[in-house]
Amino acid sequence: MHLRKFEYFEPTTLREALALLRQYKEEAKIIAGGTDLLVQMKQDNLSPEVIICLRSIPELSGIELDGELKIGSMTTHREIEKSSVIRGSFSLLTDAVDNLGSIQIRNVATIGGNICNAAPSADTAPPLLALKAEVEVVGLEGKRIVNLKEFFLGPNQTVLTPNEILTRFLIPQLPPNSGSAYIKHTRRGAMDLPLLGVAVIVNLDSDGKSIKESRIALGLAAPIPMRASAAEKFLQSKPFRIEILRKAGEIAAFEAHPRTSMRTTAEYRREMIKALIPRAAAIAAERMSPACAREFACEGK
Amino acid sequence: MRKNISFILNGKEVSAEVEPSMTLLELLREEFGLIGTKEGCGYGECGACTVIMDDKSVNSCLVLAIQADDKNILTVEGLASEDGTLHPLQKAFVEHGAVQCGFCTPGMLMSAKALLDEKPQPTEKEIRAGMAGNLCRCTGYVKIVEAIKAVSEEK
Repeated sequence: MHLRKFEYFEPTTLREALALLRQYKEEAKIIAGGTDLLVQMKQDNLSPEVIICLRSIPELSGIELDGELKIGSMTTHREIEKSSVIRGSFSLLTDAVDNLGSIQIRNVATIGGNICNAAPSADTAPPLLALKAEVEVVGLEGKRIVNLKEFFLGPNQTVLTPNEILTRFLIPQLPPNSGSAYIKHTRRGAMDLPLLGVAVIVNLDSDGKSIKESRIALGLAAPIPMRASAAEKFLQSKPFRIEILRKAGEIAAFEAHPRTSMRTTAEYRREMIKALIPRAAAIAAERMSPACAREFACEGK
Repeated sequence: MRKNISFILNGKEVSAEVEPSMTLLELLREEFGLIGTKEGCGYGECGACTVIMDDKSVNSCLVLAIQADDKNILTVEGLASEDGTLHPLQKAFVEHGAVQCGFCTPGMLMSAKALLDEKPQPTEKEIRAGMAGNLCRCTGYVKIVEAIKAVSEEK
């Protein structure tokens, strides 16, 4: 399977990359890991004249915890999967990458690529949305920070202009007494896209019994990744108990707008939102404390 | 515009002139004649084209040849020793009957090598997760998992 010819540039600075983008405009495509772009090109969905590769720009890679968590856009899924900082304090993000494609894919595919493609099925989107991530975008006119909530405009559409590059993700730390989980609901155990993605973060009061704040983000429950704000609002100050989470699942299913697609039906997605919100909360509980886990022990995994 | 690249291929320094649109898979098979690495799907789903690039397994059908510049590439042809002694994984695949038609085998071996290099004693679950990107339509995977397990137990 052959690729059509193109010109290739591998700039070593952001400034150089931006200049190339300005020069070639719509003719150019950015390549991050390439696991989506090259497939699109092989399928003749895209045929850029110019490809600009970002992998040799050092500041775009890496994970750093410095007050907030900073993840460079060219950081691979495998690097995220292996990060003990992320596994420890941002576990829902680890959940999103450790069953994304294969190891071969995760070794090259990047978090920036996953988000900029803006596929409705992007696994890192619901966790990043629940984490209230912001993205740093650099263009010719300078830098801007965009809340991820405002980033997606529709399937495969984002607020990025053709002259801009997403450089990193800025993620605030979770307050103490928080637990999180992301469930990727698939038909088979590996090498599959989600039918639904459910990210849940719960932050408990110091007594460990009632919910101070919850965040629920869903993938494939609407045209773009969404927060289930009505369900979140309902959970506020409620006891952290399984029946309460089941009720939140029902509210979230009501506020979601899933569609019927090639992979499954809207009705099934709605039912699974009800099932997976308490299940994700159960995993989050288990990660928080044994006492929390006992409350959710009945929730089948 | 063609570009010169040089890299280490199975332990030896090599160079080549490549079109940017050439994949690493095409470079290996067509320029270097290393036809052990296979093209299955061409989309990164099947793993038949798996090679190791700087200690990481990758789908060579989704890596541009130009991106191999300055890298260290290992293909299935680089697994056995110079004198023809098979790599322990190759031996185990033969002994356990982990090969039937053989098309997926080079990719299986490279993923298994990357897995054991990183984690010499994986659990069966870890082996299965580590091999998830390699499809086999003949064996049903059991013998492949057993072969990898046998090598990990020798270590």
